[in-house]
Formats: sequence, structure tokens, C-alpha cells
Amino acid sequence: MSETLRLLKRIWAFIRRRPLDADLEAELAAHLQMAIDDNIARGLSPSEARRIALISIGGMEQARYRHREVRGFMNLDILLQDLKYTLRKLWRDPSFTVVAGLILALAIGANIAVFSVVNTLLLRPLPFHNAQELVWIAPPPTKCGLSCATYSTDAYDEFRAGTRSYQDVTGYFAFSSAGNLSLNLGGAPIPATSIDVIQNFFQLLGVHAQMGRVFTPDDARNGAAPVVLLTHAWWKRQFNADPNIVGKTFDMNGQQTTVIGVLPASFDFGAVFAPGTKVDAITPLNLYGPPRDWGNIITMIGRMKPGVTLGQAVEEAARVAPHMCWNNKHPETCGDYKGAVVPVPLKDYISGKLRRSLVVLWCAVGAILLIACVNLSNLLLARAASRAKEFAMRGALGASRGRIVRQLLTESLVLSAIGAILGFMLAAVLVQWLAHQGAIALPLLSTLHLDGAALGWTVLIAVFAATIFGLVPGLRMAGGNVYESLKDAGPGATASRKHERIRSVLVVTEVALACMLLVGAGLLLRSFMNVLNVDLGFEPDRAAAIKVDYDANVPNDKDGSLSAQKLSVIFQQILSRVSALPGVEAAGVVDYLPLGQNRAWGLPFPKGVKRPKIDTGPLVYVISPGYMRAMGTSIRGRDFAWSDGPKSEQVVMINKSFAKFLAGYADWPNGDAVGHPLANGGGPDLHIVGVVDDVHEENVDGEAGWQIYYPMTQASPNGAELVVRTRMQPSAFAGSVLATLREMNPKQPAAEFKPIRMLVAHAVSGRQFFMLLVVSFATLGLLLAALGIYGVISYTVTRQTQEIGIRMALGASAGHVRRQILTATLRLALIGVVLGVGASIAGARLIAALLFGTSPWDVATYGSMAMLLLLIAALSGYIPAFRASRINPTVALRTN
Amino acid sequence: MSPEKLDLLQGTLDLMVLQTLTVMGSMHGYGIARRIEQVSADEVLLNQGTIYASLVRLEQRGWISSNWGTSDNNRKAKFYSITAAGRRQLVADARHWERLKDVMERVLTMDDSAEGADA
Repeated sequence: MSETLRLLKRIWAFIRRRPLDADLEAELAAHLQMAIDDNIARGLSPSEARRIALISIGGMEQARYRHREVRGFMNLDILLQDLKYTLRKLWRDPSFTVVAGLILALAIGANIAVFSVVNTLLLRPLPFHNAQELVWIAPPPTKCGLSCATYSTDAYDEFRAGTRSYQDVTGYFAFSSAGNLSLNLGGAPIPATSIDVIQNFFQLLGVHAQMGRVFTPDDARNGAAPVVLLTHAWWKRQFNADPNIVGKTFDMNGQQTTVIGVLPASFDFGAVFAPGTKVDAITPLNLYGPPRDWGNIITMIGRMKPGVTLGQAVEEAARVAPHMCWNNKHPETCGDYKGAVVPVPLKDYISGKLRRSLVVLWCAVGAILLIACVNLSNLLLARAASRAKEFAMRGALGASRGRIVRQLLTESLVLSAIGAILGFMLAAVLVQWLAHQGAIALPLLSTLHLDGAALGWTVLIAVFAATIFGLVPGLRMAGGNVYESLKDAGPGATASRKHERIRSVLVVTEVALACMLLVGAGLLLRSFMNVLNVDLGFEPDRAAAIKVDYDANVPNDKDGSLSAQKLSVIFQQILSRVSALPGVEAAGVVDYLPLGQNRAWGLPFPKGVKRPKIDTGPLVYVISPGYMRAMGTSIRGRDFAWSDGPKSEQVVMINKSFAKFLAGYADWPNGDAVGHPLANGGGPDLHIVGVVDDVHEENVDGEAGWQIYYPMTQASPNGAELVVRTRMQPSAFAGSVLATLREMNPKQPAAEFKPIRMLVAHAVSGRQFFMLLVVSFATLGLLLAALGIYGVISYTVTRQTQEIGIRMALGASAGHVRRQILTATLRLALIGVVLGVGASIAGARLIAALLFGTSPWDVATYGSMAMLLLLIAALSGYIPAFRASRINPTVALRTN
Repeated sequence: MSPEKLDLLQGTLDLMVLQTLTVMGSMHGYGIARRIEQVSADEVLLNQGTIYASLVRLEQRGWISSNWGTSDNNRKAKFYSITAAGRRQLVADARHWERLKDVMERVLTMDDSAEGADA
């Protein structure tokens, strides 16, 4: 108790230290005077009396010091003094302060921003309640796209009923495409994107509606009134954040749909499950309606019971899988999912693939921070040279070595704090910008923000940086010989050979780090170029796609042939009208565009050949005649024709990979698939009329899988994307194409006219994002290294002014002096480059997985980056070298 | 020269100050220091200046109080006096010292007859 009281008193005393010091001064003066009086009374002379009195006090300064130590917080007091002194010093040297502050701000800012990304994607739990319990249930990665990553409704029911490890299992319909919802408010229909989820989706994730309610089982029953949940963003954008929206009814896809709630802003479906896409509304999926027979359509997400380990969940899933049926009406499909039901933590599913990229990114900014620290160290050392005398003087006056190191560390911390504050602001801007890059296909990006962790990280790296860059100069300076420093006559003295060696070591380190960054960036850049040059199987330029609304519904159409006829008529009209537009080269329709969603329908196989036990089938696309030409995909054989109707022979086209695979089993002359029939699991045979190029269906940097194309006149498409190939920029046609579609169908929403090039850009946006970041870090590193080299060389030149003057007086030519300095520069740079290249070779394995078509030991990249670095080094050494060669011997010799 | 003086043990100076103030009533820093030097017959090494650290510590703990006054020879000085809490503390500390003294005495007068007393 009394100690707390004393602490308060000490704090109070610290605040009132000025009057208390005056008090102490008066007290000590009285003490001294009384002692002198006594001594005089004992018969001493006044001067002797004073001397004895001072001796018995034992040093006034020590008395003050001890008193203050006990009374208040003297360390804090010293800190304040140091701070004041530091700020004064920095204020007087603005160019140094600005340069140092900027270097640190860039390095720390980059570090905070990357930390925030890493924190959001890797470290922080997903934005759901007890997110560690959530698992993504899917087969191990396969070639057949989404269809193999999804389950049928029967399989879902069986899994949900048969497992005990889960609190519940939910899922969503995986094949919704962008713009699948058209909102009719009276004018032109407004396109939006909705996702069908199983009714327990939000309960399972622990997401509550911000207004209204989330789905209940009743919303997903047969015959239930249509309801919708609005996402926060759409509610704000489309409905002006109407506070009374709940209960209102709107025409969505031609149905009167009631809004039952608005989701919170923190829930972003796209950010978590479909990076780079925007979801506007969520609708309930009726598991017991038509989806029953649609095959694999549901992704599965489970929430494990508390205490259940992932291992147990995996084991149980493996046990239940053989009992799951693709369709309960077809017992032969039971067991199809064997080995294909594997829970992984949801977080791993979402951001696991990015782990490597993020680690590389983190290393890159770490290197930037180190380079910045080395640079600062160098700058401080240069300052140290001019301040050596100041510190020697303080040492001579009694300041302890610790006190001087303390002062220097305070200076480093202040610099670092300036850098950290500016860096934090920089990071705030960067993070804000990144969070709004909706087009980058990275998960959780929109949830990016600076939080307490980022602040903590800032403090941590600021202190770390201060220690790193403050320590070397601090020790150098405090460890110096007082006598030597005082005697040192400044420039021209040779006492600092050791000093210069340290600076050289620092520069070499810097160059080596910059070299590693450059090599990494070069490899990523080259990979990105390779990705852009990939033959996608289609021609992305001068083509665009727009989602087309159509109604091919024919009542009482038993076998669907009437509907197919109607569809055929609709699209023949649309395509002939659109093709007739001036500037349009070709037009065609597909249900799923490449680099987007996809599905599979089983495995058609050459007729009369025993099929091997293979689960995966080719990806299915339903297209119109002319689609291949519109996409720029070449066909061997013939394109579909409108005459391939529902009653005529079933025709398909397949891609080269699939053709090659089938040819391995079939006995086809020359292995040519064209003209041969495929057996299709009980249905009519499929006649291959054409073989087309492999199209990259899921990503640009992966392998193309098997693909099969059906004519939309024979198989029902799942939506329609009209692809238009034009002679000029496709964006110029957006208006006329939409107007044409509107003319034929007033319900056509104002859907986006997407250039196909944009789809490709979207698919590579994640890779581009990382590449750009690493390249900008490498550029920053290069800049800092150049600055470091320049600093050291120009410092050396300044110190050697006299020596150079003498040499020139003795007949050395300007060219000779220049050459010598450039040689010294290049020697440093070369050592750095050699070390950097060595380290890169050793560390290249780290980024090998991120490269595409590039060896991690790509000689061209290494060579060009080394040359670039040497060139920059030569440039930054040339300025001081040029200055040195202009030294006037007489002036140089006279300055001392 | 006198034989080497005793270094003051940690905390002993505070106790000496409290005792001095109990006996002498109100007193300034110089007076307290002189008094301790006299009583200890110059046996302890006391830098008079260190008394001020002790005084501020005791005052912050509420064991002594201070106010400015005038000394015998008309000098302005800060006078300290012990508080009630200070007296209680002195009693406790003095008892502690007595016990410590007894223990030290016993330890230092220990002879080897006690050795091997335990089996």
C-alpha cells in the first residue's frame, strides 16, 4: 500500500522536478554553508573550511544525482533530455533527417502493408465464429474441375446423416454464374449475381443478419415463397440502404421475391469463396426440387464439433464416403465418392495455395527492411565521423560509455519512430487501395485493414530496425579512443581505415540483398511474361462476351425437344442479327466461358471398347455453331450446324487432349478421332465431328484438361454467353450489341460487355499482383543500394580530397583518378553481386514453385540482373568519381 | 590515519535517520548527518550528501515530514521531523536489527563443539 503511495509521489515528484530541484539546491547550499560555519568556528581558514565541507559532503553532484534517483524517475528524465537533444540535432540537419525518414518510411510502410496481407490471409482466423472448426470437404485436386469438387444432393444428405464429427454440414450451389439474377424495377432489368446456399449456411458459419433474418428450413421447401438475402454492399448500392427493405417484394428473375434480411458488411461471400467476384444476393437452395437430379452441384462445408480433431474428421469422411451415392435411384453409383471426400481446414482451402507466394513476399519486404537498415547504418556512420569529436568531448567530461550509447540509441529510435509513423500512414494508403482492388482474384482482400496486430508489428519492426541500424555506429562511436578522436584533425586524417572497412562491408551486404531481390523479381517477371504468352487455345484479343437472357421454356415439353427447337430459333436469330452488325467478324454462344466455371457429365468412351475404371470425365461446354470461330479456336473436322437438331444424329467436338487420351484405347486409323462414335452411358451415341485446340479452362498457368462440346440444339445449355469477335476494339460494340439484344428481348438486362482479354487478366491477376509487388520491392532495393554505394564512395572521395590532390599535383590525370574510384566502386559491387547470386542460387528453391516456364536458375535472368546491378553501381560511383577528377590540387592542398 | 571506515549496509542509513530524529526532534539534513557522524564516532563512511537521498525516500514513504525554518545561527534550512508512522516503522526496524544482531552474534561466536551434534 505504502509502495503504491510512494509510486504516486514519485510520479508527482517527476512532474514537479523543477521546483523540487530548486528546493534541493537551497537545502544543499544551506548544508554547505552550515558546514563551513562550523569549520570556521573550529578555527579553519575560510578556504580550508570550504574545502573540508565539500569533502565531507562527498560531491555535490553525486548528492544531487542520488537524491533525484530516489525522488523521481531519473531514467525518464535522461530520456527526455536525450530526446530533446536528438530532436534539436535532427532539426539542424534536415537533409539527413528527410532522407533517413523517407528510407525508413518506405521500408517500414512496405513491411506493414505486406504484414497486413499476410495477417489477413494466413495468420488471422477467417472472419467467422470459431473459424478453426470449419472444414472444406472436397476430393483431392483433379483434372475435371468443379464437377469433381462438388457432390450431388443425395451424397450430401448421406454425408450429413452418416457423420458424427460435425455440428452440421452445409454447402452452396457451385455453378451460379455472374449476372444470373435480373432485378426488374420497371426500367431495363438490372443484372446481379446471386448464390444459392443450403438453408443452414449462415447458421453454420455463425453469420447473423444485420437486419431481418437468415434462412430457415421453410425457405427451402418445395413450394416455398421465393425469398432473398441482400449483401450489405448491394443493399447500399442498389437500394440506397433502405432501412425498411425487409419484407419488401421485388421482381427477380420474373418471380416476386421477398427480401427477408440484409447481411452484415463483414460477410463477403466473394472474398471468401470466390475471390475476385462480387456476389449481390443469396438465395436458398431447394435440395428437394429439381437440383435432386442435377448431379454434382454442391460444395460441402462442415463445422466440426468442439474437440473433434481434423484427423478424426478425415477418418470418418473416408468411412462414410463409400456409402454415398451419386444418385440413390442408381445403386451402381454408390461408392463413386470413395476416396473423394476429404475435409481440409477451410482456411487452408482458401489461402493455402498462397502460402508460398506470401512467404516470398514477406522475405522480399524483410530484405527491403534490412537494406534500409544497412543504408541508415551507413548514413549514421558518415555522421559519426563528423560527430566523433562531440562524443569524445562528452566522454572527457565524464559521460560514461553506456550513457553515450544510450544517447545514440535514442537517436536511432527517434529516427525509427519518424519512419514508423510515416510508414504507417503509407501502409494505410496502400492497404486501403488494395482492399478496393476487387478485380484481383485473391481471397479475403476486401477484408484487408490495419488493425492492432499491424500496429504491434509496426512497433516491433521499428524497434528492430533502430537496434540494427543504431548498433554498429553506436558501438563504433562509443568504443572510439577519446584521445585519438580529439587529436584527429578531420578530413585528410587516416585514422578511419577501420571505419571505412565497416562501411564497405555494409555496402556489400546491401548490394547482395538487392541482388537477391532483383533475381527473385526477374524470375517472377519472366514467369509472368511466359504466362502471358501461353497459347490459351483461343484468341483473347478483339473479342468480348455478354450474358444473354432467353426464355426457352415450352410448357408440357416431355423430352425437351420443343424447348431445344425454340432455343435454336432464338439463337439463330440473335446470332444472325449480331453477325450482321458492321465490324463484327463472328459471333457464337457458349454456356460457360473459359477461365471461369465449368462442369463435367461423366466419361463418353469409344464405342465397343471396354472402359477403364476412371472417375473423371471431360469438362462440358454447350455451344452454338460459330462459337469456335468467335473465340478463335481452330477446328479440325466441321463446326456444329443449326441442322444438328434434337432429332438428328448426336454430335460432339472434343479437344486434342481428350482425343489423344481416347485414341490410346480406340482403334482409330492414324489416331484420328473425327468421324468416330462415342458410347455415352446408355444414351444415344455421340459422333465426333471435330477436334479442337486445348483451351485453358480453369487457369492460364495450368495444364489444359479434357473438354467436350455439345451443340446447344441437342443438349441444354446452362445459361448463354454471347461471344462477339470484332475487327476493332470490342468495347466500341457494347452499345450496339446490347441494343440488338434488347430489341429482340426487352427483358435482356444491361449485362456487362466483358472483353475476353479481361477474363485472362482476371485469371492471372493473382500472379500479376505478386509479381508487381516483388518487382516494386526490388526496384526500391536497387534504389537504396545505389544510394548506399553513392554515399560510401562520395564519403571516401571527400576524405581523400587531399590525397587525390597530392596525386594530381604529382601528375595523375583526371581520367586516372576517375578510373581508380570507379574500380573501387565496381569491386564493392562485384563482391556484393557474387554473394547475392550465390545466395540466390541457394535460395531459389523457395520460389521455384511460383515460377512458370522458367528455371529457378535461369542464366539469362541472373546474368541480366547482375549486369543491371553493376551498371547502377557504376552510375552511382561515377558522380563522386567525376567530382574527384575535378579536384583542384592547389585548393585541395591548401584546405588543411 | 584512522583505520578503514565501515561501509553502510543498505537500509541502515534510513534507520539511523529515523532514530536520530526520534531523539533530537526536528532537525535539518546537516544536523542529522553531523549527529550520525558524532554518534558513530566517525566509524562509518558517510558522505553527508547521501543523507538527502535517504530523506526524500523516508518522506515519500510518509515516515518523516519536512518544512522550511531557521537554524540556530539564523540560516534558512529545511527541518525534518518523524511522523507517527515513522515511529512505528522505527520500532519494527529496530526489532528487526536486534534479531539480526543476535543471529550474527550467535553465528560468529559459534565454536566447533556443536559440530557433529547431529548424527
